[in-house]
Amino acid sequence: MLVVGVLIGIYVGFLTNGPTPYRVPVANAGSVDLTLQTVAAVGPLAPNPTWVSYLVRESGVWHRSTVWTVPANSLVHVTLYNFDGQSGLRNPFLAQARGLVGGTFGLNGKQLTVINPDAASHTFAIPQLGVIVPIQGVDDNAPKQCDLAPCPMSNAHETITFTFRTGKKGHYRWQCFVPCAAGFVYGFGGPMQTIGYMDGYVDVV
Amino acid sequence: MWSRSSDGRRIAAITVIGTAIVLPLVVFVLGPNMPPGKATEVAKGQVTDNTVLLVVMTPFTVFILGYLVYAIVVFRAPKGETELRDGASMRGHMPSQIAWLVTTTAAVLFLAIFGTTELLANNGAGSGSGPNPVAKPSGAMLPVQVIGQQWEFTYRYPTYGGVETAELVLPAGQEVAFHVTSLDVVHSFWAYELGVKADANPGVDNVAYVKPTKIGTFQIRCAELCGLWHGYMFDTGRVVGAADFNTWIAAQRKQFAGVEKYLPKYSPSYSPDPTFRAG
Repeated sequence: MLVVGVLIGIYVGFLTNGPTPYRVPVANAGSVDLTLQTVAAVGPLAPNPTWVSYLVRESGVWHRSTVWTVPANSLVHVTLYNFDGQSGLRNPFLAQARGLVGGTFGLNGKQLTVINPDAASHTFAIPQLGVIVPIQGVDDNAPKQCDLAPCPMSNAHETITFTFRTGKKGHYRWQCFVPCAAGFVYGFGGPMQTIGYMDGYVDVV
Repeated sequence: MWSRSSDGRRIAAITVIGTAIVLPLVVFVLGPNMPPGKATEVAKGQVTDNTVLLVVMTPFTVFILGYLVYAIVVFRAPKGETELRDGASMRGHMPSQIAWLVTTTAAVLFLAIFGTTELLANNGAGSGSGPNPVAKPSGAMLPVQVIGQQWEFTYRYPTYGGVETAELVLPAGQEVAFHVTSLDVVHSFWAYELGVKADANPGVDNVAYVKPTKIGTFQIRCAELCGLWHGYMFDTGRVVGAADFNTWIAAQRKQFAGVEKYLPKYSPSYSPDPTFRAG
């Protein structure tokens, strides 16, 4: 009985061992700053070190969490450092940004509404809030590419900035639309289908 | 089959009387409130079909449940009796066997003929019937392409420059031809109140027709388990007046002009190249 109990405990523990939610601290009245990193391989931060993943910066340290808590009716200022290469979108329509404050996003300081779909590395999308941002990938020929997370800023990267408004309270999913899972059929498996890598929740409270 | 002939007569009586009581409730109370509602002619047809199915199954359901209750009440062990007794031996009962075979065969044949007839009529046109549907409404149609992808539906309007949108808006009073396809796995486009449900298969143009008449909203869901966020693959569509539709589609063309040059030429289906990372 003891052995069975231990095995059940291990099994339940494995199933419930998800990413730790990250409560984004309020920067100013009515707004928060969310700093993210996308990497080609998450490394020792996760059970599947070769999987592509998002990371979040908390108190200056990069963590693997894709469940973020943000306040309702507030602005979320996102800064995303992408260290991953270009995968390409299957639907080019998703290369245009939607649902952003001001209608544009910043790519290395330049304000844009759309990128070349073939140059997309990922997207940041919260479909229920109508938010989608294409993430430009690092050029294959760029020097100093990052292999494993967390990637230092000295590695080649693209900097994407944007702001969206949260609206009412809710439990919203976010996802990547670029099939970026290396080694899976059409790039759709593994990290594309697992919360904690290229999927997560935005809890608006 | 029956242990006593009186049991058979009683169960037959229960079935007849029970059916006589339940059937009017099914036809006049439950039937009109069956899904998916009466927002379109296609949806109304489905309400009728669902009611007919209920009517056909009512006597069988009454019989089975009546038999169950009768057996529990009548065939229970007498009070105080602790010893288990076997029931009367059964040697078959030709009349009841023939009655069962005849009624169930008649019900199945009726449903097969009724279902085929309804599918050939416009009532079945809301279902995806492949690239060349047998049932096709007459008159001018607005083609709208529904593109499924993990995990969002997007829409293209080929008569408006092939503009692609994230929202589904339809003009009231206009016959619409949905062309449903997918870019990755199998999805199913289910516009509940419109009575439209069509599989979205990669590389396939699945056509479904509907004529929305009531201005308002309708729920869109994916009805095919398609991965992690299948449960979140829902949206709300709108049926608007013709003038509002023209205003909306013009605004969409303006909003998505930037990405237009990257869109592939409109096609009944798409087969994007595997991504750079395809395994």
